[in-house]
Amino acid sequence: MSSILVPDIPAPGFSFDLCQRNSLLEKKGYPAPKAQKTGTTIVAIVYKDGVILGADTRATEGNIVADKLCSKIHYLADNMYCCGAGTAADTEATTNMISSQLELHRLNTNRVVPVVTAAKMLSQMLFRYQGHIGAALIVGGVDNAGPHVYCIYPHGSCDSLQYTTMGSGSLAAMSVFESQWRPNMSEEEGKELVADAIRAGVFNDLGSGSSVDLCVIRKGSVDYLRPYEMSCKKGEKQGTYRYKRGTTAVLQKSVRPIIIEDEMIQRVDHESMDTSS
Amino acid sequence: MIDTNFYSILTYNGGAIIAMKGKNCVAIAADRRFGIQAQTISSNFQKIHRMGPHLYLGLPGLATDSLTVLERLKFRLNLYELKENRNMNPKTFASMISNLLYEKRFGPYFVEPIVAGLDPETFEPFICNMDLIGCLNLPNDFVVGGTCSEQLYGMCEALFEPNLEADDLFETISQALVNACDRDAISGWGAIVHIIEKDNITTRTVKTRMD
Repeated sequence: MSSILVPDIPAPGFSFDLCQRNSLLEKKGYPAPKAQKTGTTIVAIVYKDGVILGADTRATEGNIVADKLCSKIHYLADNMYCCGAGTAADTEATTNMISSQLELHRLNTNRVVPVVTAAKMLSQMLFRYQGHIGAALIVGGVDNAGPHVYCIYPHGSCDSLQYTTMGSGSLAAMSVFESQWRPNMSEEEGKELVADAIRAGVFNDLGSGSSVDLCVIRKGSVDYLRPYEMSCKKGEKQGTYRYKRGTTAVLQKSVRPIIIEDEMIQRVDHESMDTSS
Repeated sequence: MIDTNFYSILTYNGGAIIAMKGKNCVAIAADRRFGIQAQTISSNFQKIHRMGPHLYLGLPGLATDSLTVLERLKFRLNLYELKENRNMNPKTFASMISNLLYEKRFGPYFVEPIVAGLDPETFEPFICNMDLIGCLNLPNDFVVGGTCSEQLYGMCEALFEPNLEADDLFETISQALVNACDRDAISGWGAIVHIIEKDNITTRTVKTRMD
């Protein structure tokens, strides 16, 4: 079944249908609204047995905190994760897309995907869009060659580093790394250092806040610690502002019951996969 | 007089939507004004749409885009239900919207959708909102959207308590919405509140100021 409305293979890539209308609106004095950003602190280090990624959990829309507990450490593959800063939808969509390509790559090659593959895919994709996709990423992972950390900017540049920071809190976090990072740290020291760097961002940068997420990747195992620490606990409410039932004046009330008229369970027997063709 | 140069297109029609999690229930509420900038056209506009037995969708933003997005989503939802012969999980629905919006990354629809519903299998409460290019936000308390989102955030932070019963959740969400709308010139003019529970959906229209 294929038609113009429902093609078998949907058109790939972005749709630019509304660009003309939106730029017309802009000319008439309606600037395009701002998308959700993660004014962020994200960091990563290499330690003795692997890498540690860290992130804060604040998402902002202008000067409003849109999400107090958002997750900025994205899954790429079993052996690598990716921190994202910048436009929130871009980091989410980009990492999802690359993650699925990496899985296909793993199935094709039948071995652990090298971290450099992911970094190259990401930087090539971002370069193709010339910085319009606002994703600033830190890729960290462990492959057969050992631990790696890559830092990728929205325009597509890619650096391989031992420790790195990104986002609006990157300067605060880097000051911690520059003074305290050293090669071959133990896991406990590494976790505390990364948490310290994130805390520096949380408390000194207005775009970062809430709590610290960590992700420790070793060869063969991953610890995703979310939250590793709640840096700013909300004060507990002493009183309650609960309204008594019946306070709100109701004009009309209707109840729509959910009636299940019939339930049918169809058992599907396991069939062996058809491999004849 | 509202200065159009200052306002973004998201505030062209006005409106406010809010969703909250309760104990085995969720609530979604919206105002009912449809206007063109400061001029009110109608006071029975529906901003919340029923997408399934336990699935509701709120579309604050530019009304013309709300309707387009709604039609496109209905189309994709119907295809899914025909193919799969089951109701869509709210989580799946949310990522479907997110994908639809991100496709238009460089020429977006001016809507910031809000989804509220219960899982069709486990009846677990689900709420989420997203920005206009589909960045999902899945908190476990409340989500807000529309022109008075700042006021709504303030009301919700003060009034919200976790694990409210359906009747208490109704009072909390209604008071949050009504009082936030009173501080926004282009929202209000009536309100509608849906409480979604496992066995029934209760819809109430709430009395508000009409100015």
